[in-house]
Amino acid sequence: MPTLLKNGSVAHDPWTQLADDSAIPDQGMVLVSLDRWQKDRDALIESGLTLGLQLDAGEHPDSIADDIGLFDMIALVFPAFSDGRAYSYARLLRERHDFVGELRAVGDVLQDQFMYMHRCGFDAFEVKKEADVIAFADALTIVSSAYQPALDDRRIRGRDASNRMAA
Amino acid sequence: MYRYDEFDRAFVKDRVNQLRDQVSRRLSGGLTEDEFKPLRLQNGVYLQLHAYMLRVAIPYGTLSSRQMHKLAHIARTYDKDYGHFTTRQNIQYNWPTLQDIPTILDELAEVDMHAIQTSGNCIRNVTADQYAGATADEIEDPRVWAEIVRQWSTLHPEFAFLPRKFKIAVTAAPNDRAAIRFHDIGLAIVKNDAGDVGFEVHVGGGLGRTPMVARKIRDFLPRHQLLSYLEATLRVYNMLGRRDNKYKARIKILVHETGVEEFTRLVEAEWSAVKEGTIDLPADEMERIAAYFAPPAFDALSNDPQELFAARVADPAFAAWEKANTFTHRATGYAIVNISLKPTGGIPGDATSAQMDAIADLAEKYSLDEIRVTHEQNLTLPHVRQADLPTVFNVLVSIGFADANIGLISDIICCPGLDYCSLANARSIPVSQRITERFADMKRQHDVGDLKLKISGCINACGHHHVGHIGILGVDRRGEEYYQITLGGSADENASIGKIIGPAFSSDSIVDAVEKVVDIYIGIRQDNESFLDTYRRVGLAPFKEKLYADAA
Repeated sequence: MPTLLKNGSVAHDPWTQLADDSAIPDQGMVLVSLDRWQKDRDALIESGLTLGLQLDAGEHPDSIADDIGLFDMIALVFPAFSDGRAYSYARLLRERHDFVGELRAVGDVLQDQFMYMHRCGFDAFEVKKEADVIAFADALTIVSSAYQPALDDRRIRGRDASNRMAA
Repeated sequence: MYRYDEFDRAFVKDRVNQLRDQVSRRLSGGLTEDEFKPLRLQNGVYLQLHAYMLRVAIPYGTLSSRQMHKLAHIARTYDKDYGHFTTRQNIQYNWPTLQDIPTILDELAEVDMHAIQTSGNCIRNVTADQYAGATADEIEDPRVWAEIVRQWSTLHPEFAFLPRKFKIAVTAAPNDRAAIRFHDIGLAIVKNDAGDVGFEVHVGGGLGRTPMVARKIRDFLPRHQLLSYLEATLRVYNMLGRRDNKYKARIKILVHETGVEEFTRLVEAEWSAVKEGTIDLPADEMERIAAYFAPPAFDALSNDPQELFAARVADPAFAAWEKANTFTHRATGYAIVNISLKPTGGIPGDATSAQMDAIADLAEKYSLDEIRVTHEQNLTLPHVRQADLPTVFNVLVSIGFADANIGLISDIICCPGLDYCSLANARSIPVSQRITERFADMKRQHDVGDLKLKISGCINACGHHHVGHIGILGVDRRGEEYYQITLGGSADENASIGKIIGPAFSSDSIVDAVEKVVDIYIGIRQDNESFLDTYRRVGLAPFKEKLYADAA
């Protein structure tokens, strides 16, 4: 089981992944795939469940643009740490679609990418290596400043605080 | 030139410490080689045939003498006393140990240098016209924008794991010396009808196994909106570029498969959504960076001073060198000096620590402390008083870098090839050496005239063979090195991709074949027609017919 790091600390994971062929439960916090969402959208909304959505690499957030406010959590999958599509998806969700819920990095999530993920708006991380869990805080600050505005609050070259993007 | 302040210094220091931690985790087994590879690559560390290789960034090819001395020191202390200047205006060291690399990076940081993003699937070192700030034919100094792009792209959190590497080049002159049409993004600084300065944006150029000339996607981008436009373009590429096949992952394939109209529409749509954001630089920050590139105070001098006249008359070798290797400067009484790193029989782009130190001293005394690296693997002293040219020439003679061959057949671009590279199919350096020896007679070279010859040891085309007037590509034929010839490529503003002339030649016959191509050209040229112009007039057929006539 990966460890969930949320806002910098180890956290209990209240979410259950709902398999595409499982029945919709009566209660709980369920994470559904894009396929399942598109198939059972109305039933899922009616269920009154707390909803999360998992988007795989290649599943563009614009495809659910009108529904984003319905989710408390969106999980973006890194099929390999070298597949960087989810960085763009994360920024679009935060900056274009004003998603304010939990944005979770899942898949091949490693310490040397924590800083990039954090800067792109992720605030939750499913981490597989114990050493990476321990290194989390240092990994975010090992390079303490940046040359381009993003979604974190580190010091930015040539910009004052008012020039940063709001998360 | 740009100088680091406390911010830049702290940033680079952090980055070196990060790599030091990663190296120690790799050495202790905490990182697998697969996990370590992209991390070391994004810090310029390759694993080559025989050893690690470190590629140090020289942003837009600009160096101070202090920086060049440091590069010499690193070659002497951590390598085999030489370095290799590359087509991307960088320098490579071929023999450092992995353990030494963090220390080398500390040394580089002392002189405001680093190796960040000289490799990996990220935005690479930004290149520019080597004559920037010195040539009369530019609209403004393109290095201001190259530096702005360098800063924006450095550890950009969204674009660290692109489908493939990404190269950006900037020029501000109509004569394109930066080969912008063969970059992922090529930026040409232009003026519109209203007199405003902005960018013409070219996207999707590149060499490799699928050479393509970039497509223009915008005639005029207001210059203060450059970063938002780049961000939009990179975002479209990051999300849509192919990741299923590394040979189809460059942006040129995306532009080609999407179609340039649809690709442009996607970029413009993304841009319209981001351009009101905060990514574009505030005006004061733009001015801060531009101030570093303000033209130096040139003395009021006249062209063709007495000392120059006297040297031309006294020393024909000097006169020939001055004619071939210097270029018109924007200020009267000054010249741009090209230092050929292509001595007969030498390795293109290589320089020893002693040669680097001597060039650094020349720059300090005679070129307002500046040196440039060119994409043709030469060095440039951008601001030399014409009266000092004879002295500069004599020093270059003493270090073996006074060949008067800039733009001639022996001024060869050549990749490291099978002597160093784990990707190569064939050696390229020995072929280059033999061609320069065959054409060692300078009188003959000058008679042949402008001729760009470029050699790659494999289809990845690091030696730019596709854009050589004569290109040579090393191929493997049942374990033997063979060489294919292409004709008619050009990397300048009239960009074209060379065409394969016919069956490949063995290592023994390739130099004869090149000589024959040159002789065919001499036989059919009209008046002072250059090789490329002749080829463009007559096409491949006459060359092909005569080249293979005897073999049939």
